[in-house]
Amino acid sequence: MSRVRSWMRHNSMSVVFAILALLLLVFILAPVIKTLLSSSPGTLWDTLRDESVYSSILLTVLAGLLATLIGIVIGVPLAYLLARRRFRGKRFLEALIDVPIAIPHSAAGIALLFVFGRQFLLGKLFGHVGITFVDTLAGVVIAMMFVSVPFLIDSSKDAFKAVDVRMEKVARTLGASPWQTFFRISLPLAWRGIFSGSVMMWARAMSEFGAVLILAYYVPFLGGYQTVAPILVADRFTAFGLDYALPVASLVILVSLVIFVLLRYIALRGEKQ
Amino acid sequence: MIKVSNLTVSLGDFSLRELNLDIDSGEYFIILGPAGAGKTVLLEAIAGLHPVVKGTVSVDGGDITNLQPERRGLGIVYQDHVLFPHLSVWENVAFGLRSMKCPRRDIRPRVERIAQLMNIDHLLQRKPPGLSGGERQRVSLARALVIEPKLLLLDEPLSALDPEAREKMQRELLEIHRRLKLTIIHVTHDFEEALSLGERVAVLNKGQVVQVGTPEDIMRRPNSEFVASFALSRNLFSGNAAGADDSALVDIGGLRIRAETTLRGVVHVSIRPEDIFISREPIRSTAGESFQGVITGVVDRRPLIYVTVNVPPEFMCLVSRQAFGELDLKTGMEVHITIRASAVHVF
Repeated sequence: MSRVRSWMRHNSMSVVFAILALLLLVFILAPVIKTLLSSSPGTLWDTLRDESVYSSILLTVLAGLLATLIGIVIGVPLAYLLARRRFRGKRFLEALIDVPIAIPHSAAGIALLFVFGRQFLLGKLFGHVGITFVDTLAGVVIAMMFVSVPFLIDSSKDAFKAVDVRMEKVARTLGASPWQTFFRISLPLAWRGIFSGSVMMWARAMSEFGAVLILAYYVPFLGGYQTVAPILVADRFTAFGLDYALPVASLVILVSLVIFVLLRYIALRGEKQ
Repeated sequence: MIKVSNLTVSLGDFSLRELNLDIDSGEYFIILGPAGAGKTVLLEAIAGLHPVVKGTVSVDGGDITNLQPERRGLGIVYQDHVLFPHLSVWENVAFGLRSMKCPRRDIRPRVERIAQLMNIDHLLQRKPPGLSGGERQRVSLARALVIEPKLLLLDEPLSALDPEAREKMQRELLEIHRRLKLTIIHVTHDFEEALSLGERVAVLNKGQVVQVGTPEDIMRRPNSEFVASFALSRNLFSGNAAGADDSALVDIGGLRIRAETTLRGVVHVSIRPEDIFISREPIRSTAGESFQGVITGVVDRRPLIYVTVNVPPEFMCLVSRQAFGELDLKTGMEVHITIRASAVHVF
């Protein structure tokens, strides 16, 4: 009896924490698993063959990927500057970058509309080269990018900070230009953080609802008008009810899980080497 | 010749102020100073890795103050080696040659030659994370030397090594310096290292050069309280060692003390103040010898007390407060000091 009590005294914290952790795991996993199991594979297959479903998923994956690629090209240099340079107003800039995470995404959509709408500044500018954003694929991409790029920037910034600045100094004394140093030393050493930030960004982009709804609800895609998967699920739910929304929801969850389990595996495999 | 004139570099709340240095071609030059003196900043400023506020750096009369670091043709080696962890040892060493667009067919022989010189040819296919401290330091040196720099900058290159590896690397640095006829600027906080390696030493404190001279000058004629305190944290002497086997008698300014060493001829001797015992009567022991002297100074540095005893030469001894009271030590008093042979460090 006293042995049990002594064991409890030494391990009570671990026990309590483990119980709480288990509660959280159930909270996360139960809805996901329940949804996945609620539709038979046959139903899922039939849902996938529904043209508006598969083109919607394709649109979501593609637009998310485009947003992420553009995010890498313009976000990684910013992350590098934030990690390496000291300048006035840096704290403010860093806070600014995280704003899209903090504001309601429908409000973000309105804000984007006010800048990228046809009659507004950037909208006009891009209009001259034939790119419009309202209810187009480009609109889906920038809406996704706006709300998800902070994940990429923050993760890349931390990755660059973790690279010893003297690596770059040594490379410079060995004859490497700033460009060579960046591409041969800084980037290869920070790639894992940038990669996992990109995966986070892609995931966040693909699950965006509010901003896309405002800026680019249904867009021309593959010869018809399509909307992104999160909106499709919501539309089916409000128009036809749970029975119609459920298989689409399962399918969307399944696609996301397969992609991200695969990408995480790639990132972690690199870590072991 | 490397000439640093009025060099001013500011870095956050730290700065180098109006710093002047002249270093001869082919010289082994030591920059000695405590942590935070600005040694690394000075080295990196010479390498072009810090923006210079004022002043110039010139090599052989040519001003390089605003030259990009990749065009200065110098090498830098840091204390913790800073090897590129994603590249193999071979790629680390070849990095400079590739950056400088060295013809492909020349890269292999040059990497192999320097690998042989640094004794790392068996490591070329390995990656840095698996190497020992000494091996990493060799790779780091090879990487800097392969581009045949005129000037080699060493930032505390021995500090991360264990004593055995340090002694070995110290000999190798001198050998490299002799064979490649390099100018070396070597930064350290270790007085003994400065004395055994440097042809000349500059003492740096709070971003300024306090004294420049031969090791002998710095040791014997410190020009300030600061340099003196740096030098006197140990009893340092130069002397002459003679004898057979592992034991030697070292003559330091007329006094002959016994030491366990195989070195002969002109040597440096260092004895920690806490390894010297003070007594009123001579102590007979097989482990050490007693010398008679007179107390010439007492400095109270709580909780310990520094007592200077002139034999001659003068020795700095460290005494506990309790022993100081029991022995009732006073300036002018005749005492005996005992030094164990094993506490005498010859280098």
